[in-house]
Amino acid sequence: MASVSYENVTKRYSGDTLAVDNLSLEVKDTEFMVLVGPSGCGKSTALRMLAGLEDITEGQIKIGDKVVNDMPPRDRDIAMVFQSYALYPHMSVYDNMAFGLKMRGTPRADIERRVNTAADVLELGPLLKRKPRQLSGGQRQRVALGRAIVREPQVFLLDEPLSNLDAKLRVQTRIELQKQHRALHATFIYVTHDQVEAMTMGDRIAVMRDGVLQQVAPPREIYGNPANMYVAGFIGSPTMNFIPVTVQGKTAKASGFELELPHAPGVEKGTLGIRPEALTEAPVAGHAGLDLKVEVVEILGSDQFLYGTVGGDSITARVDPHLKVQPGDRVRLGVDTRRLHLFDSATEKAVL
Amino acid sequence: MGAAVRGLEARGLMGPRVRILDREAPLGYLLLVPLLLLLGLFLAYPFLFGIWLSVTNAQIGDNGHFVGAANYQYERSDTVFIQSFANTITYTAVTTVFKLGLGLLMALLLNQVFPAQRFVRAALLLPWIIPSVLSTLAWRWMFDPTFSVVNWVALHYLHLPSVNWLGTTSTALVSLMIVNTWRGIPFYGISFLAGLQTIPTELYEAARVDGATRFQQFRQITLPMLRPILVVVLLLSTILTFGDFTLPYVLTNCAPYNSTCVLSTWAFQIGVNGGYIGIGAAISLVLFPLLSIIVAGVLIGLRSRD
Repeated sequence: MASVSYENVTKRYSGDTLAVDNLSLEVKDTEFMVLVGPSGCGKSTALRMLAGLEDITEGQIKIGDKVVNDMPPRDRDIAMVFQSYALYPHMSVYDNMAFGLKMRGTPRADIERRVNTAADVLELGPLLKRKPRQLSGGQRQRVALGRAIVREPQVFLLDEPLSNLDAKLRVQTRIELQKQHRALHATFIYVTHDQVEAMTMGDRIAVMRDGVLQQVAPPREIYGNPANMYVAGFIGSPTMNFIPVTVQGKTAKASGFELELPHAPGVEKGTLGIRPEALTEAPVAGHAGLDLKVEVVEILGSDQFLYGTVGGDSITARVDPHLKVQPGDRVRLGVDTRRLHLFDSATEKAVL
Repeated sequence: MGAAVRGLEARGLMGPRVRILDREAPLGYLLLVPLLLLLGLFLAYPFLFGIWLSVTNAQIGDNGHFVGAANYQYERSDTVFIQSFANTITYTAVTTVFKLGLGLLMALLLNQVFPAQRFVRAALLLPWIIPSVLSTLAWRWMFDPTFSVVNWVALHYLHLPSVNWLGTTSTALVSLMIVNTWRGIPFYGISFLAGLQTIPTELYEAARVDGATRFQQFRQITLPMLRPILVVVLLLSTILTFGDFTLPYVLTNCAPYNSTCVLSTWAFQIGVNGGYIGIGAAISLVLFPLLSIIVAGVLIGLRSRD
C-alpha cells in the first residue's frame, strides 16, 4: 500500500498546449481520491502520468517515497482500469486476468489461485472461459476490474470506468467499487466527469479545470464550502443559483430582493450563491425572503423543482413535492442565510 | 414501402410485379443474375473449357478428341515437368517466407511516427504498382553478366567476384525469387500496416501497465490481433505466387537448361509455343487440387475461430 504525491507537476504537449498546470496533490495511503472536471481539464492526463503512459514535463510524481518519473509502467506497481476496459479480445476472461501475472513470471499455481479468488469476488466464475465479445458491458467492466485486482497493486487507477454502463448498472457498480475499495485496503485514484460519482465515492475530491487544480476536499466540504464559483457551479444538481449583487456593509442587494449577510464580506460587487435547497417554501421569521415568479414546475416524486425569476435573475428552488404550484404563480420563499455563498466578482473566489 | 402503397395492393390496384419486388428472397436472386452471368462467362467457361482441353489431344488448329488421362500420364515421365513442379513449390515456399517476414518488418517500421511518413509509405508501394513486365526487365538489366549494377557494386566496393546471375543453374532460380520477393513485400507490408492500425492503442497501454515488454506486446497482442489479416494475405499471396507467370517468363523463361521452369511457364512452352494445348492445359491444372485443399483448409480455419 502506498501514498501518491504530485509535486508541481506540469504536462505540456508539443505546440505549447498546457494539459496539466503545476499540479500539487497528496493522496494518502488507502484513500479513495476522485479527480473530477469536464473533458479536457487534465484529469486523465494527470492519471496517465502516474501510470507512466505519459511523460512528465516538469515536477515529480512519487508513489510511496519513490520518484517514478523515469520508471516504466511495469515497475510502478499500479493497475489501471480503462474507460473502454481495453480487454484483450483474443484472450479468454481467465487469460485476460492472468496476463499481468504471467508477464511477471508468477508461478502457475499462484496465478490460478489469485484469478479464481478474484473471479469469485466479482462473480465471474462461470465466465472464465468466455471471450470478451461474449460478455455484456457490465461483465466486461468486472473483468477489467478483476484484471487489476489479481495484480494486488499498491495503487488502483480508474479512468472513467463507469461511463460505458447504463444508468442502473452504474449505480450498482458504484456501490460495488466502494466495497472493493474497503476490502482491498488499497489506494484508489478515480477519474470522472460525473459529479455524482465524485460525491458518492470519493474520500476526497479534487476538482480540476483547464489543467489547474481548483480545490481538494471531502465531498461534504466541497459541497458546503466551495472555494470558488467554478467548484460551486460544477458540484450540485440542479446547479447553485448565481445572482449578481452589490454589497454595502452586511447588506446584499440583487435586482429583485435584498438580504442581510451574516457578516460584512469586504467586497462591493459580488455574486450571491444560493443552492436550490437553501430556498424553502415556508419562510421562517427573521430569515430573509424573496418572491419567485414561477415559470416551470418539475415534479420528481421525492422533489419538486421550481424554475422562475426574481426581478431580473433566474432562480431554481427545491421545495416540498406536496406544495401545489402552477406556472405563473408567485411563491414566497425563505432563504436560509446560514447557507449563503458570496463570490468576489473579480476573482470568483468565495468571500463568505 | 408506405402504408398507402400497401393499401393499394390490398385492393388489388397494383400488380403482382410490385409484390415480387417487395419480397426479399426472390428479389435477392433476381439481383444476383447479372453477376452470375458475368462470372459464368469469364470464369466458369474458361475454367471448364480448360479442364476439357486437358483430357483431349487438342493441338493449336485441331480440336482433337477425348483421350482420358493420357496427358497426365505423359507428364509423369517428363523430367522438365517434374523440375517445374519442384521449382514452383520452392519458388512459392521460399518467397512466401521472406515476403511474410520482411513485409511484417516493413509494416512495423511504417507504423512508427517519423518525418515524411506519407511519402515513404507511398514510395514503398512502388514495386507493387509498376507493371511487372517493366520492373522485371529492369531487374534483368541489373542481373546482366556484363552490365550488372549488382556485380559492379560487388566488384568495386566489396571486392567480390562477378556472378552470372541468370546464366548459371545455381543462381537463376535464386534471382527469380529475389525479384518476386522484392515485388511482393509491399502487398504484405501495406496489408499488415492496415491491420496494425486497427489495433486499439489502449491494448498496448493496458499491456504496458500489466508489465509486458516490447517483445511480449508483439507476441501477445500484435501477432494474435493480426492473425485474420495474416491468414488472408498469406492465402492470396500463395495462390498468386503458385500461378505467377509474368515474372518467370520475362526474367528467364525457363533458361538456363529449363532450370527455372515453373508450371506456368512450362505449360505455356508446351501448350502455346509447342502447340500441344491439351498437354499444356493438363500441366496448368496440376496445382488445382492442391490449391483447393489449401484454400478450403484456411477458410474453414478462419470460420471455426468465431
